[in-house]
Amino acid sequence: MTEVIKVKNLSKSYHDYQAVDHLALTVNRGNVFGLLGANGAGKSTSIECILGIKKSEEGEVSILGMDPRRDRIKLFQKVGVQFQEANYQTEIRVNELCEETACLYKEPADWRALLTQFGIKEKEKSAVKQLSGGERQRLFIVLALIPNPEVVFLDELTTGLDARARRHVWKLISGLKKQGLTILLTSHFMDEVEALCDTICILKKGKTVFYGTVAKAIETSPFDTFEDAYLWYSDEEEMVE
Amino acid sequence: MKTFKTMLKVEGKLSLRDMNMVLFAVIMPIVVLVVLGIIYKGKPAFTGANYSFVEQSFGALCTIAICAGGLMGLPMLVSDYRERKILKRFQSTPISQNMILLVHLAIYTLYSIVSAISLWMIESIFFGFHIRGSFLLFAAGWLLVLISILSIGMFVGGIAKNSKQASMIACILYFPMLIFSGATLPYEAMPGGVQHVADLMPLTQGIKVLKAASLGLPLQNAAGSIIIMAAVAILFIGLSVKFFRWE
Repeated sequence: MTEVIKVKNLSKSYHDYQAVDHLALTVNRGNVFGLLGANGAGKSTSIECILGIKKSEEGEVSILGMDPRRDRIKLFQKVGVQFQEANYQTEIRVNELCEETACLYKEPADWRALLTQFGIKEKEKSAVKQLSGGERQRLFIVLALIPNPEVVFLDELTTGLDARARRHVWKLISGLKKQGLTILLTSHFMDEVEALCDTICILKKGKTVFYGTVAKAIETSPFDTFEDAYLWYSDEEEMVE
Repeated sequence: MKTFKTMLKVEGKLSLRDMNMVLFAVIMPIVVLVVLGIIYKGKPAFTGANYSFVEQSFGALCTIAICAGGLMGLPMLVSDYRERKILKRFQSTPISQNMILLVHLAIYTLYSIVSAISLWMIESIFFGFHIRGSFLLFAAGWLLVLISILSIGMFVGGIAKNSKQASMIACILYFPMLIFSGATLPYEAMPGGVQHVADLMPLTQGIKVLKAASLGLPLQNAAGSIIIMAAVAILFIGLSVKFFRWE
């Protein structure tokens, strides 16, 4: 099975507002898929609908051939998720959060090794709330990798990280990709998207305005760089003016 | 089983770190017992009674921890976990909602056991207390109170929109039950009308059973008390499983 994530015709609205409008995408095994768009374009809602955390009004989703709502318990043995907001118990420590996450899976990864890889091993005994923004971000990537997943969803992968840490995370993600991990991520950094993503989808008010490779996005726009092409597609330039 | 044990360890540590339950479930009942002991010393429960007031209070004191856990702790915790999106994080893992609830039910049960044992030790050492009736009946009554009160808490935690609402509902349930059921003020001293209303609360029925068992008194209408508590437990367990929301 090469199609790991398959979404057809996915729609979700809040009251009168159409947050996701007939989204369709396919991610093959070992590929990195980037879901892009301005704040409020519907990226997080799309991810939550794909994961089955939010109920969509319309559409079909299959991950690893399973329905995320119906087969939740079986599916999430193999799926890792990193959320944009940090949601952890007030007084919990890093090792406790890792231990509690690892105990949910049949074959969890060695979380101590992951903490080392991501450079936060020495924070093992610290309270999560006392970590810096960057350390916390790295911890939440670690949590997404603890399941030993076949697919990971990373919402705003490197937000809050400094330049060096971002490069480091890219390297780790590329390594995982080589091992066959399938990744769906969102990002606001176009250099990151260029470095990591095989396919991208640009959203604007819930609608797909571009779907394809980074090279194709540049080619079909009047610009030479991906960042300019992205802004042109997502109309973020208007907001700058 | 591995999941349950690890979660119990981590969530248990978090609960101890928070201290609220230690204070309200373990220390507070002991304080009430000591105060009652100082006020009433060895006085009989009423003129002519062959057991003391302090002995009579044992069953009721044992329910304070259950109420602190079931009516305050559990609903606030579940709604807080929902509000902080901790449940949402769990939703994208292979854990079942029942496992999360089970772990926390176990934690509140442990607090209640610790409270009951410490009260029993203090009463027997300093006030010459012993269970005069059936220990088995006492344990069964205690278990029924525990299950019915925790099931109410689970339901409130499940339906409350946010932790503010949960704490409001918790207060509405907790204080009247604690005051009118006989857990703190003696049920016997209340006017008849208040007694009738209090009889509708599962805690009142539970305390009647506990009192009869610990003092070796004949149990009036035991079947009625048991039916009320069991019905409450079944109703609210059913409702909370049905209405549980991750978000």
